[in-house]
Amino acid sequence: MAIEVRIPTILRPYTDGERAVSAEGASIAELIENLEANHEGIKERLLDGADVRRFVNIYVNDEDIRFTGGLATELSDGDGVVILPAVAGGAA
Amino acid sequence: MTRYDSLVDSVGHTPLVGLPNLSPGDGVRLWAKLEDRNPTGSIKDRAALSMIEAAEADGSLTPGATILEPTSGNTGISLAMVARQRGYKLVCVMPENTSVERRQLLTMWGAEIISSPAAGGSNEAVRVAKKIAAENPDWVMLYQYGNPANAAAHYRGTAPEILADLPEITHFVGGLGTTGTLMGVGRFFREHKPEVKIVAAEPRYGELVYGLRNLDEGFVPELYDESLIDSRFSVGPRDAVRRVRELIDHEGIFAGISTGAILHAALGQAAKSVKAGVSADICFVIADGGWKYLSTGAYEGTIDEAEDRLEGQLWA
Repeated sequence: MAIEVRIPTILRPYTDGERAVSAEGASIAELIENLEANHEGIKERLLDGADVRRFVNIYVNDEDIRFTGGLATELSDGDGVVILPAVAGGAA
Repeated sequence: MTRYDSLVDSVGHTPLVGLPNLSPGDGVRLWAKLEDRNPTGSIKDRAALSMIEAAEADGSLTPGATILEPTSGNTGISLAMVARQRGYKLVCVMPENTSVERRQLLTMWGAEIISSPAAGGSNEAVRVAKKIAAENPDWVMLYQYGNPANAAAHYRGTAPEILADLPEITHFVGGLGTTGTLMGVGRFFREHKPEVKIVAAEPRYGELVYGLRNLDEGFVPELYDESLIDSRFSVGPRDAVRRVRELIDHEGIFAGISTGAILHAALGQAAKSVKAGVSADICFVIADGGWKYLSTGAYEGTIDEAEDRLEGQLWA
């Protein structure tokens, strides 16, 4: 089961500069463990203990996982995962 | 009532219109709140007026004062209009990768613009504005990202107007920037009709905007309260442009690009409701008209071309 994970600029030192990597897992928690296995150090940048870091947003098929079950959010083959830093945005 | 003592008194009371052609049918209907009908053409007139009046009431804003605000355009334009009526000066800190029309309008209403670097987008504008505020303690920063009067404008105005016009509402979809609209509307519905689902559409920009030096420089607006939202979608420029064009083609509504992102989330919700076989009345916000974004090229040529042109721009 392959899932494409888009990596923000700031975390690309962990992925040899790759903008997107392939990873596996039935949930976001498993996916992050799988990422860590191949890109050591990335997990600590994404998680603060058992939660996603305050300034990190993770989206599955464009939906923020904080509203879909958090790290327990389930994944299916072909889902797209995007990781982004939280920034000020919108037509402010 | 359609007669007002002055322009600022006419803020709000915007129409709600149905979208008969984009609604999927089967009891699932879309409704657009036309916030472009406000005096300067955006939903930000509500927040700007509310923040100025709150600062006047608490004594922090006094005659002849200078107002300072980080803004990507609309809030600055709204503040400039009110400030000029009331004799305040306005200094806006605006990212340099915003459309030329927004600068022209701010200048026309008499605001001074300080540009912040394109890299970092609005984060950088907030940082620069906070620094300038510290250097000019007599200036008044209303600070839309953390000012409760921003959300209060929507709690008092936008949300009750929607409930009065659409008592059967099931979903509200708004743009997530300062979070003021969603926080104010969300809190109102949590209190008055808690079964209404609150859906956030957040613009996803090009990489330039997310190019932080470290993750701790990330930014979550002080107003943001996750418990007032039920789902949150990230929408890129391609979907936003596609939807904003559909709005023109099918409903005749000429909206700004951020509204395309909001409509994308609203249509996603509509599709979910159809699939679940439940009826829904989904209200979303037309945040502003498309006029200020014509120079971005979003409305011309193919979607691919428009997407390329928006790369690196703060399109919402």
